[in-house]
Amino acid sequence: MSEVDAGDDATHLALRRIRTSDLSRLASVGLRTRKLRAGLSALGIAIGVAAIVAVLGLSASSESGLLSEINQLGTNLLTVTNGQSLFGTTAELPLNAPGMIGRIGPVSDVQFTGTISNVNVFRSPVIPSIDTNALSVDATSLHLYSAVDSSVARGKFLNAATATEPTCVLGAAAAQRLGIDRVFSGERVWLGNMWFYVVGILKAAPLTPEIDSEVLVGVPAAEKYLGFDGHPSEIYVKVVPTSQTAIVDSVLAATANPENPNEVNVSQPSAALVAQADTQAALNGLFLGLGAVALLVGAVGVANIMVISVLERRSEIGLRRALGATKGNIRLQFLFEAILLSVIGGAVGILLGAASTAVYASSKHWGIVIPPLAWGGGIGASVVIGAVAGLWPALRAARMSPTEALWSV
Amino acid sequence: MSLGDTTVVPIDGATSSTLSDRRLVLEMEQVTRVFPSDPPVEALRGVSFQVTQGELLGIVGPSGSGKTTLLHLMGTLDRPTTGTVRVTGFDVATLSDRELSGLRATKIGFVFQQFFLAEHQSVLDNVADGLLYAGVALAQRREEARDALAAVGIVERATARPTQLSGGQRQRVAIARALVGSPAILLADEPTGNLDSTNSQAILDLFEELHQSVGTTIVVITHEREIARRLPRQIEMLDGRIVSDTTVGGLDGSRR
Repeated sequence: MSEVDAGDDATHLALRRIRTSDLSRLASVGLRTRKLRAGLSALGIAIGVAAIVAVLGLSASSESGLLSEINQLGTNLLTVTNGQSLFGTTAELPLNAPGMIGRIGPVSDVQFTGTISNVNVFRSPVIPSIDTNALSVDATSLHLYSAVDSSVARGKFLNAATATEPTCVLGAAAAQRLGIDRVFSGERVWLGNMWFYVVGILKAAPLTPEIDSEVLVGVPAAEKYLGFDGHPSEIYVKVVPTSQTAIVDSVLAATANPENPNEVNVSQPSAALVAQADTQAALNGLFLGLGAVALLVGAVGVANIMVISVLERRSEIGLRRALGATKGNIRLQFLFEAILLSVIGGAVGILLGAASTAVYASSKHWGIVIPPLAWGGGIGASVVIGAVAGLWPALRAARMSPTEALWSV
Repeated sequence: MSLGDTTVVPIDGATSSTLSDRRLVLEMEQVTRVFPSDPPVEALRGVSFQVTQGELLGIVGPSGSGKTTLLHLMGTLDRPTTGTVRVTGFDVATLSDRELSGLRATKIGFVFQQFFLAEHQSVLDNVADGLLYAGVALAQRREEARDALAAVGIVERATARPTQLSGGQRQRVAIARALVGSPAILLADEPTGNLDSTNSQAILDLFEELHQSVGTTIVVITHEREIARRLPRQIEMLDGRIVSDTTVGGLDGSRR
């Protein structure tokens, strides 16, 4: 029989909880005492997180770069092209389509080109006729480059005088394929069985890449020398203010061809670039997958280190149990240690990923964008990885009987 | 709280009028411990004894006599197969693992042969860790640790690392860590096992001093008869049984 009354003390014995400040100090014991090992195992997590952050950051930065380029080019350009008729043949835009479009209120500029069929351009008459270089010959209105936000790289654009003569302006790609990189007097190309003199070369037009591979001739000259019928095939419409673009878009087909609006294609070139930006993002899945594999390997590394650590620190576990640590205290200590290890790796990874994004993006003159998903996800993922990797070792440490732990050394 | 409080076991006083002045700190009643193996190992075969508050006793026996198993049971690190173990009145069998941890945190201090000091921490923090699981704030833990270091006589090394100390000093630190919660009982497992004879004597002197001046209840487990002989009460074990339980009249009588 007990001669001492235990009273109601027993419940009070179990109520002691370890303080959060003590827990965080305990969690760092293993890392502080084995710095190199902790650093190496955190490195695995760091590499994985860095890869993911860099991929997401670079993709977001490149998208922002592309979007800012699009913004700079403007989203207020609409193109009208001839579609297909009911019978599958190429429909023609009415001759007066540009004029009618120009009467829509917010339209500030209308320019057009008309493809001249069956006419090819060559460097000289001795080039075989099948080597067309995939260039097309188009008649153009006189201020095309201003509507499509391009400009003349060399020479001049056509004017009212040269438009009536056998002269031409080369698109950027056309000039390259013809092997002409400068304009000097007498420079000429063989176009529709006669010489046409080159007066200018255009810069690349990012929104309207089709112009790059065109050789442009004035409408009067085209009609006179090349049998051009005067029907526009592409009409470039500039809308001011930009906010009215959608409204103009909706009436454009009916305005261009009131009889058969369904034979007209209306498109917004900037929309294609936006879609291109989205496609780029889709390609990142592969790299994200690689980052995830690195994270998985890192997690295995953390789990491995924690298992070894629990084995090595049996006497510490035994001592702590003797000092009054509950199983829960031991479990928390090792779980927090694994999480801390992983989060340190994750934080370093985010810094590395952000730094490499910053370096690459600024070298490309993109805006530096680290999406919240990237760094938030990086930290979140490392907490989860630490918890998952540390769970089993922590449970094992807590399960260890204090006597076995103390007297196994 | 100071070390002097050790004499006051915080237990309900309702029945204390019927008790003698000294309370029982530890009671073992017909305790057995059988380890399941093939064949089963009977480490303890019916051990009964009591330790009163303020006692200084040695448990001596050759290796394999069941001393260490007995220490585990006294320290609530293990439970008996049959029989009853009571520590400051609490029946170990009725307590959950958490409650036993609480009991160890507040009522029992351990001193080990291997010291088990954390090398990355100062001496002061090592001692303060004795109260880590008792729910005491860090500042107060350090304050009490300083008192405990003063009690074992090495407060001047408080900021040193354990690796900078001699073996004897390290064991003093470990004793301070065990004392810091003013436990009802201090269990020392071969406390001089890693020390030379001079340091061993010094540690025993320290135990006697704590016993006399502060009244700490101390159980020393050892295989060395020489050491046990210095203590006022000796329990001798062999093959899991107590073969003798001798109390020398006074502390002085134990000295030769």
